Amino acid sequence: MGDEVVLLDFWPSMFCARTKIALAEKGVSYELKEEDLLGNMKSQMLIELNPALKKVPVLIHNGKPVCESLITVEYIDEIWSDKAPLLPSDPYQRAQAKFWADFIDNKIWSSGLKLWSTKGEILEEAKVEFIESLKLLEGNLGDNKPYFGGETFGFLDIAFISFYAWFYVYETFGSFTIEAHCPKLIEWAKRCLQKESVSKTLPEQLKIYDFVLLVNKIYGRD
Amino acid sequence: MASEEVKLIGFWASPYRFRVEWALILKGVEYEYIEEDIFNKSPRLLELNPVYKKIPIFIHNGKVVLESLVILEYIDEIWKNNPLLPQDPYERAMIRFWAKFADDKLVLSAYFAMCSLEDEKVKAEKITIAMEALERIEGELKGKSFFGGESIGYLDLALGWISYWLPVFDEVGSMKIIDPIKFPAIVSWMNRFANHKVIKNKLPPRDKMVIYFQERSKIISATLAKNK
Repeated sequence: MGDEVVLLDFWPSMFCARTKIALAEKGVSYELKEEDLLGNMKSQMLIELNPALKKVPVLIHNGKPVCESLITVEYIDEIWSDKAPLLPSDPYQRAQAKFWADFIDNKIWSSGLKLWSTKGEILEEAKVEFIESLKLLEGNLGDNKPYFGGETFGFLDIAFISFYAWFYVYETFGSFTIEAHCPKLIEWAKRCLQKESVSKTLPEQLKIYDFVLLVNKIYGRD
Repeated sequence: MASEEVKLIGFWASPYRFRVEWALILKGVEYEYIEEDIFNKSPRLLELNPVYKKIPIFIHNGKVVLESLVILEYIDEIWKNNPLLPQDPYERAMIRFWAKFADDKLVLSAYFAMCSLEDEKVKAEKITIAMEALERIEGELKGKSFFGGESIGYLDLALGWISYWLPVFDEVGSMKIIDPIKFPAIVSWMNRFANHKVIKNKLPPRDKMVIYFQERSKIISATLAKNK
C-alpha cells in the first residue's frame, strides 16, 4: 500500500479543480503543492515534471507525472477503479462525455476568458459565443437525469462544475446572468454543489472575482 | 457478425480522416467511406456535426461519434482485436497527452508557418514553435520502432500526419521543419510508418496534396494579411 499522490495546483484554476474533485470523489489522500503563477514563479518541480507545457494541474502518482486536467481525471478513474466510476462504461456514452468535455475547453473556456479580459466589440462577440455554447452544453441535460453522467455524477459533470467558481466573474463582466439563459444548468450546478467533493474543492466566487480584478490590474486592463 | 453500419465521412486531404481510416483497416473492420466537400458543406454534414461542422464523422449503427482522437478510442473499445491503446493507465495518459500536445502545438504552427507567405517574422516564430514541439516528440520515441512499441498504436496514428503531410507543408512553405540532424528518430519512424503495409495503401496522392496546400496557403495568407 502507500500510494504517493501529489498535486501541483493553482487555487483559482478551474482545470486544477477538476483533478481535485476527481480525487475527492475517489477518497484519495494527496499532498497539495501550490504554485505561485500570479507572480509567474513556476517552481522547479513544475518545469521538470511538465516541461512541454509548464502548466498545472500536474498529478504526480508514485513519482510519475500526469498532465492536462481531463487526462488526469481519466487516469484517476482508471487507477482508483474500485469506487465512484467517473466515466460511463458504454463506449458511445464515453465518446459523448469526452466530446462535450473537449467542447467546454474549446468554446466555453476561451469565450469565458474574453468576457473578463476584453472590452467593447470583442467582449460582445465573446458573450454571444459564451451563451450559445452554454445552451448547447445544457442541451445534454435531459429532463429525467440529475447529472450529465445520468444518475451518477461523472466525468462531464466534473469537467464543467469546476467552472462554477467563475460564474460570478463571467456574469459581472458580461452583464448577464447564466440563469436567465440556462436555468437547467444552474439547477444542475446547485445539485452538484451538494456533493462534498465539489463544495469543499471549489473556491468562493467572490475570491475568484478579486483574483481577476488583480490580474486585470497587473496587466493594465482596469 | 450481423451486418453492422460503419460509415466514415471525411475529406480526401484531411489527416484527421486518415487517422480513423487507418484504425479501421488495422482492425479489419468493413466500412463505407463517404467524401464530403468541406468547401461546400452538405446538409448531412451540418446535421451530423452541428457544433463544429467538420469531418471526420464516424457512424456506427446509427450512433455518431465526432473528433478524430475520440473516434480512435471508441473504435479501440468496440473492436478489441489489434489493440491500439495500451492497458496500463499511466501509458494511456502519456499517449493521450502527446496526441493532444501535437494537435495543439505542432499541427497549427506548422500549417500557419506554411501559410505565412507575407510575413517572414511570423513564419519564423511558427517554425520555432513547431520545431520545439517536434523536439519533445522526438524524445518520446526512445529507441522504439513505433510509438506503440513493436507495432503501430494510437499515438502513431495520431502523429501519422507527420510522416506524410508535414513534408508537404515543408515543401509548400519552403521550410525545413523536419531536420534529419535534429530529429533522427522521427525521420526513421516516418519512413517506417509511411511504408507500413496498411498505411502506404491508404494515403492521398502527393501531387494533388501539394497543389491543394499551395492553393490553401495563398488563400489563408491573403486572409491573414487582410485581418491585420
